[in-house]
Amino acid sequence: MTDYDVLMVGAGHNGLVCAHALAKSGRKVLMLEAGDVAGGCAATREFAPGFSVSSCAQWLTQLSPQVMDSMSLAQHGLQFAARDLASVSLAEDGDHLVLRGDKLEGAQISAEDQQAYADFSGRMMRFTKILAKAFSTRAPKLVESNLADRLTLLKLGLGLKLLGKNDMNDLMRIILINMYDVMEENFEHPRLKALLSLDGMLGSHMGPRSPNTVFGYLYRRVGNLFGYDGPAQLRGGMGALAEAMVASCKAAGVEIRCGEAVASIDTDAGHVTGLTLKSGEQLHGKLVVSNVDPVTTFQRLVGYRNIETGVVRSVSNIRNKSGTAKLHLALSGLPSFTGLPAELAGHRLVVAPDMNYAERAFNAVKYSEYSAEPVMDISIPTVNDPGLAVDGQHVLSAIVQFAPYQPEGGWEQHRETFIDIVLNLLERYAPGISSQVVASELLTPQDLESEFGMTGGHWHHGELSLDQVMMMRPFHGANQYGTQVDGLYLCGAGSHPGGGVMGLAGLNAAKEIIKRGGAT
Amino acid sequence: MAGADERMLLTTPFHSRVAAACETNCWGNWKGYTTPNSYIDVELEYFAIRSTTGVFDLSPMGKYRVTGPDAEAYLNRLITRDVTKIREKRVGYTVWCDDEGQVLDDGTIFHLGPNDYRICAYARAIDWLLWSAEGFDVLVEEETQDVAALAVQGPTSCAALMAMGLSGLDQLKPFGIEYFDFEGEQLMVSRTGFTGDLGYELWIAPKKAEDLWDRLFAAGAPHIIKPFGMEALEMARIETGFIQAGVDFIPAEETIRQGRSRSPFELGLDWLVDLSKPVFNGRKALLEEKARGSRYRFAILDVAGNKPANNSFILKNGKQVGVVTSAAWCPTAKTNVALAQLEMPHGAIGDELVAEIYYQRELHWTKVNAPCKVLESPVFDPPRRRQTPAQPF
Amino acid sequence: MGKLPWHSSPIRKGVKRALQAYIAVKKYDAIVIGAGHNGLTNAAYLAKAGLDVAVLERNSYIGGATVSRELYEGWTYSNCSYVCSLLRPELVRDLELPRHGLQVVPYGGGVTFMRNGDYYGNFYDHERQYREMARHSKRDANAYERYTADVMKQTRLIRPFLLKTPPDPTSLKLRDLKDLMEYGKSFMGLGEAGLIDALKFWTKSVGDFLDEYFESDVIKAHLGGTGVIGTALGVYSPGTAYVLLHHYMGDVDGNVGSWGFARGGMGSVAAALAKSFQGFGGEIICDADVDQIIVRDGKAKGVALKNGTELYADTVVSNLDPKRTFLDVMDEKDLPNDVVTKAQNFKIRGSSGKLNIALDGLPSFTGLDQKSPLMLGDYHFSDSLPRLERAYDDWKDGTWSKDPYVDVLIPTQTDPTMAPPGKHMMTVFVQYCPPKVHGNDWTPEDKAGFEKSVIDQIAAHSPDFKDLILHCETRTPKEIEAEAGLTEGNIFQGELTFDQLLFNRPFPGYAQYRGPVKGMYMCGSGTHPGGGVMAAPGANAAREILRDLRKPNTVPEGYADD
Repeated sequence: MTDYDVLMVGAGHNGLVCAHALAKSGRKVLMLEAGDVAGGCAATREFAPGFSVSSCAQWLTQLSPQVMDSMSLAQHGLQFAARDLASVSLAEDGDHLVLRGDKLEGAQISAEDQQAYADFSGRMMRFTKILAKAFSTRAPKLVESNLADRLTLLKLGLGLKLLGKNDMNDLMRIILINMYDVMEENFEHPRLKALLSLDGMLGSHMGPRSPNTVFGYLYRRVGNLFGYDGPAQLRGGMGALAEAMVASCKAAGVEIRCGEAVASIDTDAGHVTGLTLKSGEQLHGKLVVSNVDPVTTFQRLVGYRNIETGVVRSVSNIRNKSGTAKLHLALSGLPSFTGLPAELAGHRLVVAPDMNYAERAFNAVKYSEYSAEPVMDISIPTVNDPGLAVDGQHVLSAIVQFAPYQPEGGWEQHRETFIDIVLNLLERYAPGISSQVVASELLTPQDLESEFGMTGGHWHHGELSLDQVMMMRPFHGANQYGTQVDGLYLCGAGSHPGGGVMGLAGLNAAKEIIKRGGAT
Repeated sequence: MAGADERMLLTTPFHSRVAAACETNCWGNWKGYTTPNSYIDVELEYFAIRSTTGVFDLSPMGKYRVTGPDAEAYLNRLITRDVTKIREKRVGYTVWCDDEGQVLDDGTIFHLGPNDYRICAYARAIDWLLWSAEGFDVLVEEETQDVAALAVQGPTSCAALMAMGLSGLDQLKPFGIEYFDFEGEQLMVSRTGFTGDLGYELWIAPKKAEDLWDRLFAAGAPHIIKPFGMEALEMARIETGFIQAGVDFIPAEETIRQGRSRSPFELGLDWLVDLSKPVFNGRKALLEEKARGSRYRFAILDVAGNKPANNSFILKNGKQVGVVTSAAWCPTAKTNVALAQLEMPHGAIGDELVAEIYYQRELHWTKVNAPCKVLESPVFDPPRRRQTPAQPF
Repeated sequence: MGKLPWHSSPIRKGVKRALQAYIAVKKYDAIVIGAGHNGLTNAAYLAKAGLDVAVLERNSYIGGATVSRELYEGWTYSNCSYVCSLLRPELVRDLELPRHGLQVVPYGGGVTFMRNGDYYGNFYDHERQYREMARHSKRDANAYERYTADVMKQTRLIRPFLLKTPPDPTSLKLRDLKDLMEYGKSFMGLGEAGLIDALKFWTKSVGDFLDEYFESDVIKAHLGGTGVIGTALGVYSPGTAYVLLHHYMGDVDGNVGSWGFARGGMGSVAAALAKSFQGFGGEIICDADVDQIIVRDGKAKGVALKNGTELYADTVVSNLDPKRTFLDVMDEKDLPNDVVTKAQNFKIRGSSGKLNIALDGLPSFTGLDQKSPLMLGDYHFSDSLPRLERAYDDWKDGTWSKDPYVDVLIPTQTDPTMAPPGKHMMTVFVQYCPPKVHGNDWTPEDKAGFEKSVIDQIAAHSPDFKDLILHCETRTPKEIEAEAGLTEGNIFQGELTFDQLLFNRPFPGYAQYRGPVKGMYMCGSGTHPGGGVMAAPGANAAREILRDLRKPNTVPEGYADD
């Protein structure tokens, strides 16, 4: 039996980032992945014969350039099929609103709104810079802070001061409020307001009127700082990212065993000792890094009985209710969206006519119901990457909000109804699309949970809301990647700064482990 | 639909008998139950405990039943002691802590049978007990109202109980449990108590409570059995150096101000903490405290003079170094005792300090700076407390 | 009976209705616009410092939203605000309000009636409350002790700052830095874990917060209702946990979190403040509707009334809400652009309505003994958080809640002055009620529909209720705005969400009571620490004004919260 310095549970993208950095530092790393392939939410899967799709995340919007560079992903085969894509807010009558970079076109968008957006976007980017600073390091402790923490706090404080009085005031106000109000303060066009507010609520259990959605919006805009002037699409789907990361990891000496589910993270007297696999095999390691979400990590793998009650309470109180479903359609041809120019078909298409519509869509999920009229973030990846389907056929992938984790009576009673709701809605924008459907697949939050091992099906491994970010993520005592169990670290989206195929949680965790001299 | 219970306080299963015996008609509130502060005269009640037998209605004490395959494992994670060392039909005194190693409460664990335990505690605890049950195959239920309990304490207590028909009781060792039949119901007797003397606690179904009281007092009459109330109990427990939750420490979850809770080390309960256990609540923090040193020390003080040092500041060279949490003149030991919280490093055995005592006579207030000394052990600890077989008086 | 407190003679003497010739020439040291409780408090402290102060009131009576009015013969309604807890005891004592007639009587507990016919009784007595909680959930009864301790921790964090001017975090002035240090110290004193708990608490929803402690729907609903009172947010909206706190931080005789009735209705608060103010030589002028604050050379010079009269003073204090202050009684040209924008963006959404009902007798409630102490408390009928949330969904949709959250009290069970013997007055606070219905003004039909939804909800649990109604006065945000001058009828002069608290209240950069024009100040609930009949904004503003005027401070320090 080989002894490893680091055993990693799960080989999602954050895990791969972390493992790579640890291997580079000279540590011997073994990754255990329950699935057949590594990559977690960066996955491509054939969902119908001849049709492949990015089965979880569909766009790349904010992968950290630090990750890109340190892992030499381009050298390891990562290729963009398209990038800096526009966002098209669809109209049933075909008068679509197009946001390309900072430019708005169509839908009789007024000059005032165009100017207001340019101003707004500039201001948001200034705010985002502070966020990005905070994201690229561990979240500082406040009371028991050491020098590194105080330095981070100082940098953040300085960043705030450098914004100037007006911007600082504005940031401190809007960070706490909702997209709805901020949109109302700045813009007129209903679809512009809805389009931007959707960015604040994607993947969350919040509507435009929920306070904290401005944070969600800023979080997403960090991608602009990372060089993404709009969503990007990878050749071969998001699975290509996983492949490049795996290649990079292997080159760095990381060992990855897929199809090996971890049964438990083993501890003795508050120290981690290794892992036991479902197969019964026991692995010993000085350090265990968990890429799976904090609830799975502590409840299922470490076991609540092996940690103290206060930690159990903290883990149980993590809010990870998802409201997001994923729809995959195999289409016999390119769907025809009313009035959509051919050149925009491969861009990001959004169904969110106005903020109240989006808010109503959200209302349902509060009561464990699904939206009668959901909001959607649609990708037709085959336009930019025809290889995902055979014979000129197409794939449509959509993030659909909102769908509850568990509707009354269970999903099996409702699955077909909800697919019909979504198809009927799509039909309003792309008449005839239903007749093109060759196969369909709906991934409910429960499906996302079981396929990607995310408790609650939440793609951030826990709601990305102000009460669960920075030093509150995932909870006190585990907010600097190390946990209450000595030698057990977290490196997934449940940790600071969060998910969204950014890679910083993994990178920060690796830095922290190296800094603490873990497993050496 | 059941409406709300409109009474202010509940009564215990012994209430009819307690009320009849309570000549002072002086009542208090103990965790939602009306309980006598005294029955006839506090002094006489106290001396019943110390010289003959005193009976105390213990029913309001919080009682929680822990059963299921993981009961032992569950308790071992919950409390600071090694529960596996509390054998079947034995009782153990213990504390339990939060993750910060701060005491949530102290209490006793009754090992009733295989994976069958009862926790008796002062503070309400079901929320914490259930949170702690996450991840264990265990059933935790509150049974405060399902069990009536009497403490029978004092030199003649064994004789009185044997007179009631509990034959062989004298063979029961301290912290042991024995079962008897009482009119077809199971009567559980433990050799436990809160008075520091020979004594027993009786546990029975509420429907038999009044019968038990009647037969106990009838059988105990020749052995001079008297009921006693809260105030007499308070004297006895201070004399024997027992701490009381809510008085000598504040249960950690009830504290509002940072730093007002206490660790077991700070309460003089080091002997209850088994740091060799791999996992228990507070372990990590207590290990750190062990390495770093505690903030406070619990001390039993022998205070000069006869003025009880209630609420006194404790001084060293004129500087305040602690406070008294409980104090009483102890009539048996003829000593003026105070239980105190002292800032480290004060409070080592033999330390000489000063208690700033204020007392009033006919509206005339006097301040006394009474010298006091840290004692090694409680002032009252008679051999009969531990002797087995128990002596008849 | 039925005599309104402000009618009693000493005040009436102070109220001068015919003012034209007399005041045209007079220049005051300070003019306070609006005789709400904060305006009166502010004026009292200015007058106490020796200033010649006039308070101008648009209505023919004083009080703003702290009024008692006879709108039905023989009955006194606490027309707007209806209970008293947050009124700072330091100010009550310092201004000698008890001597001036204010008597606050605590009331205990409350009850939430359930759809299944049962109820949860939130008894005032701790043990009974514990047992009643345990009846619904033993675990919740125990968890409530932890919940109370945790809420108190947060309360202790905010209470010391109620009678202090918030520091400006963007400022480098010594005073601001010193104050910020004090805040910092107070936060650091919580320890790392405590501070994280605090940060979480201040950013999460009341629903999520309660879910961490309780399992019983009705207990959560009973406790959660206060998290949305007066707020255009739902129980699942992040930030509402703080609103909950806002209702826990008051005290009646030191019992933190308890509530009381002002004997004679809330108008007694204003009446006592007015007497105190007049005792210091102040002057109250009613029927004086301010048209504009006069600004010359960037300085406040006085006010022009709608009737053409002008009154002069170098210090002008607005007790009006920020929108009314900057968008109504001030001229845009006198203001920096950012202030106009900030005032426009200020969130002051009407979300509440009110019913004041004269009753022929004490109504009975299904399953509850009329002699129960629960009758003396507040009644609610929303027995789960989802029901509360759906009530909010209606508001978002632009209509009143069809299944509203109500806070019902019958103060005449303890106050003999507000209704004839044997008769009763019921005050019904209703959440939610929008300022406009689907974007349109309220019609009489809408108002009737709103009233019906409330009456029906109560009647569903009180079979004799409808028959006992002698008179019902229904107030939507429209009426509240018309009467008390609160924009959109928002009872707190602006939402109490974190983005509008402390140094953000009313807006960043203007949280120290000074307006953008020299000599112009704000003293209403739209400033720190906000609404709820605290009188703290008025007192804090007075302290700042006196500092600017280099007058000795007359405003007391807050009691230490040890």
